Amino acid sequence: MLSGFFADTLQLGIAQAVISAVLALAIVYLARRNEIHLERETAVALVRGFVQIVAVGSILVLVFRGPSWTSAFVLLFMMLAAAATSARRARGISGAFVVSFYGIAGGAGIVIALMTVLGVIDPRMASLIPVGSMIIASAMNSVALALERFRSELAANVGLIEAGLALGAAPNQVVAPHVEAAVGAAMIPRIDTLRALGIVWIPGLMAGMVLAGSDPIYAAIYQFVVVAMIVAASGLSSVISTLLIRGRAFSAAEQLVI
Amino acid sequence: MSDEPEQLNSAVLRTQRLTRVVEGRTLIDEVSIEVRCGEVVAVTGPSGSGKSSLLRLLNRLDEPTGGTVYLDNRDYREIPPRELRRRLGMLLQRPFLFPGTVARNLAFGPGAHDEELAKETIAELLDSVGLPGYAERDVRRLSGGEAQRVSLARTLANRPEVLLLDEPTSALDEAAQLGVEELICRIIKSQGLTCVIVTHDRDQATRMAGRTVLLEAGRVVSR
Repeated sequence: MLSGFFADTLQLGIAQAVISAVLALAIVYLARRNEIHLERETAVALVRGFVQIVAVGSILVLVFRGPSWTSAFVLLFMMLAAAATSARRARGISGAFVVSFYGIAGGAGIVIALMTVLGVIDPRMASLIPVGSMIIASAMNSVALALERFRSELAANVGLIEAGLALGAAPNQVVAPHVEAAVGAAMIPRIDTLRALGIVWIPGLMAGMVLAGSDPIYAAIYQFVVVAMIVAASGLSSVISTLLIRGRAFSAAEQLVI
Repeated sequence: MSDEPEQLNSAVLRTQRLTRVVEGRTLIDEVSIEVRCGEVVAVTGPSGSGKSSLLRLLNRLDEPTGGTVYLDNRDYREIPPRELRRRLGMLLQRPFLFPGTVARNLAFGPGAHDEELAKETIAELLDSVGLPGYAERDVRRLSGGEAQRVSLARTLANRPEVLLLDEPTSALDEAAQLGVEELICRIIKSQGLTCVIVTHDRDQATRMAGRTVLLEAGRVVSR
């Protein structure tokens, strides 16, 4: 219906953005009538999200015109930004940013590099950056979940952990169940995504490929490929970050310091 | 390392101007005490006087910010933490048992040092704490008093040279308190253990220990 009014895609996009933002604000208004105050947070997030995504779109226009190696810098920048976001979940732990970055770079970075070398990810920027960003974003969420869960596990089990230490056990031994819980908690959403793929959720990439004229079967298979890469990257990222943060939870004299 | 020369001493455990300051707050203030072999020393004092902080320093669960501890005349910072904690067995205020069976809990300490605890030893330990036949019982099914007895047996399974007890009966109801106290006294006596017991209860200190150290605001005010 809207496309009938706007011949220009930019104008159409702005109109679609306005309508979807109005819908989100209407929900906020309904929430406010039920004494749930989300207006400030939602308004800020809507404006910020819109500005960010338009800015990224504009940058991508420029990047796509540049040489292909610039995609490595774009992905690196994404990993740094992702690390800064997930590190907020581990406030109070020294070096949380570094841990998050190593986790994301080690998980998402390795999967992206390996899959590009193997030809699973098209090395052209128009493909590498969107697919890479999806993998990085998922790794970021997994690292954030893992760090948050690990920190709360330690906080809830200080007595048990110190009982183990007091018996002369190694820190790695006493926190092993909590490492497992943290990695498990980080992986559950990814595994559920894989499980519900196509039934509960038809992801954007597949929809985009179909809209762009790709064969729907190939689009479906490639979506599976992307989700499988996301599971691999998330698993690796959450394991790396949890093991690194585990090392920082104890002093050199094996005292719990978080 | 300490800025004072180490002096040979017959005390098995000796603190030398032991201090811990956290964020400008002094928890332990230059505490110097000695515990001789086979001696039972009670550390008592009002709430917040630093009793538990002192015990945590002895087990090196916390790090001193000043002074040190000597175990058999050796600065305890020279001893690997896991070995030190095994030698200085600590019974916490609450039992904090690991999920699973009683036997698994008893085997935890020796297992952490790659040693297997024989079934017979588990049975003997459980007999000694008045819980015969409890080896395969799930720890979730234990009462507070039983859990603390298992915790004591778990600490003893490591065969510590010194036993550190942090208010071992304060989390128990009155009936269980007396039982656990009598049990600890009996075990200390029968095994000739060197022991430091922290308690806020002066009467308990008198009943259990041969000597009492009184702490106030992190300082020793009488001994």
